[in-house]
Amino acid sequence: MTTKPEMTAAGIASAVAGGKMSALDATEAALARVKQHDGVLNSFTDVTADRARAKARAIDADIAAGKKVGPLAGVPFAVKNLFDVAGLPTRAGSKINRDLAPAKRDATLIERMEAAGAVLVGALNMGEYAYDFTGENVHDGPSRNPHDTTRMSGGSSGGSGSAVGGALVPIALGSDTNGSIRVPSSFCGIFGLKPTYGRLSRARSFPFVASLDHLGPFARSVTDLALAYDAMQGPDADDCACTTRGLEPTLPLLANRVSDLRIAIAGGHFQKNVFPEAVEAVSRVAKALGVTKVVDVPEAARARAAAYVITTTEGASLHLDRLRKRPNDFDPAVRDRLIAGAMVPASLVDRAQKFRHWYRAQLAEIFRSVDVLIAPATPCTAPKLGQVNFNLDGVELPVRANIGIHTQPISFIGLPVVAVPVPLEPLPIGVQIIAAPWREDIALRVAHVLEKMGVVSAPSPRGI
Amino acid sequence: MAEPLDNYIDAVSKALALPVEEAWRPAVRANLEVSLRLGRMVDVFALPDETEPAPIFTA
Repeated sequence: MTTKPEMTAAGIASAVAGGKMSALDATEAALARVKQHDGVLNSFTDVTADRARAKARAIDADIAAGKKVGPLAGVPFAVKNLFDVAGLPTRAGSKINRDLAPAKRDATLIERMEAAGAVLVGALNMGEYAYDFTGENVHDGPSRNPHDTTRMSGGSSGGSGSAVGGALVPIALGSDTNGSIRVPSSFCGIFGLKPTYGRLSRARSFPFVASLDHLGPFARSVTDLALAYDAMQGPDADDCACTTRGLEPTLPLLANRVSDLRIAIAGGHFQKNVFPEAVEAVSRVAKALGVTKVVDVPEAARARAAAYVITTTEGASLHLDRLRKRPNDFDPAVRDRLIAGAMVPASLVDRAQKFRHWYRAQLAEIFRSVDVLIAPATPCTAPKLGQVNFNLDGVELPVRANIGIHTQPISFIGLPVVAVPVPLEPLPIGVQIIAAPWREDIALRVAHVLEKMGVVSAPSPRGI
Repeated sequence: MAEPLDNYIDAVSKALALPVEEAWRPAVRANLEVSLRLGRMVDVFALPDETEPAPIFTA
């Protein structure tokens, strides 16, 4: 059996475990596809071919010996290059970090994926230090959109979006501080899960904004997303923000009905500042679910403002010494934003953190009467690479700062979200399926039913 | 003529020993203006004195 380019992780794992395909064949197929297409997509910064082949051979040996293999046996995956990969410096999209010593140990989430049988094939391009919504990178070049390579992949996990959207690998991992999983998912037409803050360990990944950083998976199907997510759950003493809750597997719940769920469209801020394609995408999802109720999310625009302030100041604090010592080695756009962030008065940061407390209580109240909120993931489909401005609701605004206006108010309070791809023509666009804290299972169930209905799907890459 | 924020940028740059070359100044100023505008948006929102910050966030 040979792998098809868009074979799902579940399909590969089943074929490998059933002896119909070897893990090595699955790995070689992914490596060949990377070789064939990544010259254009530029999604990979490192290909760990030797390591991948060794891991795949070990899985095949286990199967030959009759040993039980994990639920991701032989599934190739790749990680945003802010994850520690043993033997590589964790560059986090930067030039500066390339001078770091190679990581001695993999990030916790890589260890857990490999414990489930997955095979790491490489590290992925990203916006410098994750301060980005575009997927562009001055040091490595932009990762490109697999549906139109003149367009953005979305950031900052641009390589993750491009690699999965281009079907180079069925699963990738990324990070989301303000939208960096959901934005590339939207632009590249794939599924992405930003779990509840604290759900998945961030141990041995390069940070950006400690109180906003999340890690999570990208995939081409909801089942694959749940498979990866379930494999990565669990407490981890190496991340002080990681929950001590036990495993809460979602895969067995995916097929549960959703008719008992109370679903509403997020109103106010989430219905403003959108292009027609974002309106159409939310409308299709709402119609398929029979949802007409609109719930106003109070002060969401202010929540976005507060997230912006916390991000720029915490980010500046993280990089302060590098800004002093190596300012010319930063992407100038990132450097100038971080320097400005270092100059924001502390009183405003404290106000933002207090507002965050207030806003979290407002959303908790909303989730007493609804189970799911639906909102756009991005205001538009993928802009052109290098595009500086767009016209949003009649106002000319910078693209870079405004792509995440609908994602930021959600990650600000750590809610779990599945970004689902609506396959519009000529480009896909994502919708956020938002649930209450710790209810990733609900967001995944809704995404799964939408996928079964054919309303959301990862389109075949059209640009490669 | 110096922009209104320039003196502030100079003072903080000195206080933090953070270099701001002249070529970077317009972009630093523009970014700071955005951050301060959004910060003011948060600032004007009245909150009870007892409101706790959420620097260590719990979902």
